Amino acid sequence: MVAKKGGATRGGGGAATMSEDSVEELTRVPLQAILLADSFATKFRPITLERPKVLLPLVNVPMIDYTLSWLESAGVEEVFVFCCAHAKQVIEHLDSSQWFKQPNFTVTTIESNNSAGAGDALRLIYEQNVIRGDFVLVSGDTISNMPLSEALKEHRERRKKDNNAIMTMVVRQSKPSPVTRQSRLGTDELFMAIDPETKQLLYYEERADNGTVSIDKTVISDHPSMYIHNDKQDCYIDICAPEVLSTFADNFDYQHLRRHFLKGLLDDDIMGYKIFTHEIHASYAARIDNFRSYDTVSKDIIQRWTYPLVPDVQLFGNTATKLERRGMYRGSGVGLSRSAQIGPFTVVGSGTTVGTHSEISNSVVGKSCKIGENVSIDGSYIWHDVTIEDGCVIKNALVCDGVIIKSGVILEPGVVLSYKVVVGQNFVVPAYSKVSLYQQPIKQDSDEELEYADNSSGTMDISSLSSLSDKLNETTSRLSELQLQSASEVGNGGVGLIWSTSEGSHEEEWRHSVAPIPADKLEILYTSNDELEVLHQDGNVPPPEEMERDSVASDSSEDIKDEFQTFEKEVFATFERAVLENHKDDNVILEVNSLRLSFNLDASDCAGPLFYSIMKWALTMGHSSPSELVKNVASLLTKWQKVLKYYMPSIDEEIEVIMKFEEMCMESAKEYSQLFLQILHLLYDKDIVQEEAILNWASEKENADESDKVLLKQAESLIQWLKEASEEEDEDED
Amino acid sequence: MPDVHALVNDFLIKLKKRKIEGSKTTAKVTAEVLRSFISQQRLPSTNQAGALIDAVRGVGEQLIAANPVELAVGNVVRRVLHIIREEELTLTSAAIGGMGLSAGSDDEDEAEHDGPDLSAAIVAAAARNTLRPPSLQTLLEDLPHTAAVPHTYSSGGDSDGKSKSVDRNSNARKLKHNVIEAVNELIQDIATCHEQIAEQAVEHIHHNEVILTLGSSRTVVEFLCAAKEKKRSFKVFVAEGAPRYQGHALAKELITRGLQTTVITDSAVFAMISRVNMVIVGAHAVMANGGVIAPVGLNMVALAAQRHAVPFVVLAGIHKLCPLYPHNPEVLLNELRSPSELLDFGEFSDCLDFGSGSGSPNLHVVNPAFDYVPPNLVSLFITDTGGHNPSYMYRLIADYYSADDLVVQRRSAS
Repeated sequence: MVAKKGGATRGGGGAATMSEDSVEELTRVPLQAILLADSFATKFRPITLERPKVLLPLVNVPMIDYTLSWLESAGVEEVFVFCCAHAKQVIEHLDSSQWFKQPNFTVTTIESNNSAGAGDALRLIYEQNVIRGDFVLVSGDTISNMPLSEALKEHRERRKKDNNAIMTMVVRQSKPSPVTRQSRLGTDELFMAIDPETKQLLYYEERADNGTVSIDKTVISDHPSMYIHNDKQDCYIDICAPEVLSTFADNFDYQHLRRHFLKGLLDDDIMGYKIFTHEIHASYAARIDNFRSYDTVSKDIIQRWTYPLVPDVQLFGNTATKLERRGMYRGSGVGLSRSAQIGPFTVVGSGTTVGTHSEISNSVVGKSCKIGENVSIDGSYIWHDVTIEDGCVIKNALVCDGVIIKSGVILEPGVVLSYKVVVGQNFVVPAYSKVSLYQQPIKQDSDEELEYADNSSGTMDISSLSSLSDKLNETTSRLSELQLQSASEVGNGGVGLIWSTSEGSHEEEWRHSVAPIPADKLEILYTSNDELEVLHQDGNVPPPEEMERDSVASDSSEDIKDEFQTFEKEVFATFERAVLENHKDDNVILEVNSLRLSFNLDASDCAGPLFYSIMKWALTMGHSSPSELVKNVASLLTKWQKVLKYYMPSIDEEIEVIMKFEEMCMESAKEYSQLFLQILHLLYDKDIVQEEAILNWASEKENADESDKVLLKQAESLIQWLKEASEEEDEDED
Repeated sequence: MPDVHALVNDFLIKLKKRKIEGSKTTAKVTAEVLRSFISQQRLPSTNQAGALIDAVRGVGEQLIAANPVELAVGNVVRRVLHIIREEELTLTSAAIGGMGLSAGSDDEDEAEHDGPDLSAAIVAAAARNTLRPPSLQTLLEDLPHTAAVPHTYSSGGDSDGKSKSVDRNSNARKLKHNVIEAVNELIQDIATCHEQIAEQAVEHIHHNEVILTLGSSRTVVEFLCAAKEKKRSFKVFVAEGAPRYQGHALAKELITRGLQTTVITDSAVFAMISRVNMVIVGAHAVMANGGVIAPVGLNMVALAAQRHAVPFVVLAGIHKLCPLYPHNPEVLLNELRSPSELLDFGEFSDCLDFGSGSGSPNLHVVNPAFDYVPPNLVSLFITDTGGHNPSYMYRLIADYYSADDLVVQRRSAS
């Protein structure tokens, strides 16, 4: 009887697999997944020097437990956990938290010591030959509750029709902030072009410059319709065919999953591999990439978007937690003082004690922490076994295990205190500083550095950047001062080193920290974005503007004139510097070009100002007689002829120069008015202006006012001579 | 043994992950798991019942903790504990009945102390036990018995151990066998509770009536269909039951069975209630005071029904009867489910940006799964044993559960 009953209960479980069998027919292989337990990035430093990122607690549970629980509940049967950095710790954790002993869920670890990126990891797994069919590729910091069945079904059906559809990427709608141009997870605004019919991914760009998207012509011609999204978030959950691994093996330089592999596939049409997307709506998926997303995902978990992966539902390892009113989660054995105030959306781990008049809001406090009296904690993440003494103020900070914060300490927004740091009494830890017991590594791995550098270049306008970096420079200089003052200490009796923020990541600090972006930064960004938009209009649509300049344009042309005058001044300044410091011709051209770009002018606009600069410089060189002045001009012209000619590719510019000269003679530099003919001749001799230009200028001037004709008359002889010469030539030719 | 452990663990994980939905399946699986657990349990020679109770309690505690919201788990665990007590009582009373006779003739002085009146009481209890379910009196008298039983065993043990141990061995087998039989009965009861309840449908639903229900409940579907099969013609209003909209599925099913169905929004309930003759709903759990933990929105329906004096009928299988009161600390009244059932995350992702401003968004989405309907709003409970008044529920519950088992968790935790 007993045996029969056992069979009956197991029959219930068996029924599900039976039906799955029929769907997948004969070729059923257990669903496999590759979990990369190393992010191959340095964004969580200094914490990740001591502990792998996947073991960092997220709302008091290690991240990898979320990922594994999700994979398990989504029906994955075999997981290969790839460990690289701190592999021992990962394996120990998996062992102690029973992951190796799950029924119907095998976890196998693959260790490597020298993998520099996801590419190396996948190549290693390819060599081991363990993947037998379609697999799910995720990293160990993915939080999701999406069911995989639907995406898998789509993927398999596509594969049946088209063997080249090797990957299905999971995406999800998430609107980026229009101000910071980054998603709520702190990643850069992502542009994707997707065919609405087939859901094929056609274009993927994480940091489009100023929102410019350039798509290959053939892509557009091949697909009758496509949507370009900027409100999709890449979940970094990929359903891959085994070909993905072999592609990595074939392209040994592929390292990053998106930057190399995905781009490579999209650009390359030799293999003809295609990538598709699967959008999820109701379920949650996000990857923790930086401190900003750590904060965001924590809050999503507390607000239960990740249900059932929430603190009060017991997954693995998290202890019984009760959800109380106003979204407060309280672990077992929490010692709250009667006057302690725990605000909404706060998690307090088991065994933690909170002293009188302390306030905690919007925060996560781990297990066995001791929080003293009159402590204020807001928007912060306090991990396990942390001691916070009386009167501390902690705002938007991240505090790791075993940290001791002595009384009266203030942690400013964005502070990260790594393991076992001790902060001395009444010390103020400046905003965005990272404190660790470890020395900051001086030279990072080349790959990591690449990753870092890549991420630091934002999508911002240069002009606004300079003002921002000024501000940030201040903070860093303050930081380095502090470092000098307390070379190895954080306050009196403190233990820890303040890491200096590396050059490239200035901008990162506030973008990617656990603290929300401060209001003043947003303001700056907001205004810079406005400017950017204006520039966009100018730069991208010249035709309407041109029209405006010609037809209406009384006040706007004045604006342009003003701008042009400043440009002239700038060019003169550049020229002056070039002469004094003896710059090379090429450099001068470069500098003038950059000036031109910043004023948004054409190359044809440069000749005039440059000529003006030369002439003006000739005046400032000093001269006793007109003939000496001419000599000066001649020598300068020979010297700068090349540069000048660079900006005078056609007749129009030459006429422009003559007119500029004429203007000078009339207005700013009367000295030249007597020498007009001489210098014009000089220009002709030096081939700076051709006879055609002079003749054109003359014919244009025929109809001008009498007052304007003074110079024309002066040049009469030359013009006459030129005319005759050309007639002679004509005759010769005939 | 490892087999059972695996079974229990598997079930635990499923409970934890909320993989098993619906109180009926949960109750059934719980009972089945406990049955195999009991059948594999090796019992000591003395105090088998106590050992068995402790063992079941240990497992039960884990199961309850795995999903504290699903009260059916705790209910079944308590039912099984109660069954063990009852079976043990039947056996000992039978044994002592026999021993009492012999003691009366052989051992005059030992029987003088407590023998006669004790055995008399037990015989009386055994006699009562044959009439199932046991009455309130048995439950009240339970306490002195359990305390006294081990004592009689030990006192009887040294008089003539040999024959007694053989007797006990057979008793042990008998106990286990009986318990398993009773648990089987329980499983049977749970499995057939829908039909039992549905049988009573014709007594409650009359011709040309309008019935209103909210959300979807298997019990309600069976109930309505049973009435339809008995040639009753009536209409059903289905409130869709936001945010899960199970009412839509219910409407579909009712239509395939040929019932005239009208779907309304939850918010239209008050407007429609005046045309309704009876509200019939399912429940998540029925508490000892007659209060109901039910899908969200039902309290509103109950209030509307009361305002218009429409009978509010709750259908509940026996596994939904919970011996606890809603104010008990271990009763988790509610579960907050994912906000994504309410609104699309992507659409609102810009409202949930923690990266700017104060760091906490102004948008909070709360999605409770359950409502509490106080007993005074309920007109009638229909269980598989018949219709009951809310004020009678405590009595019904006392018949099914032993008072000692009410706090499974706390006792074993301490």
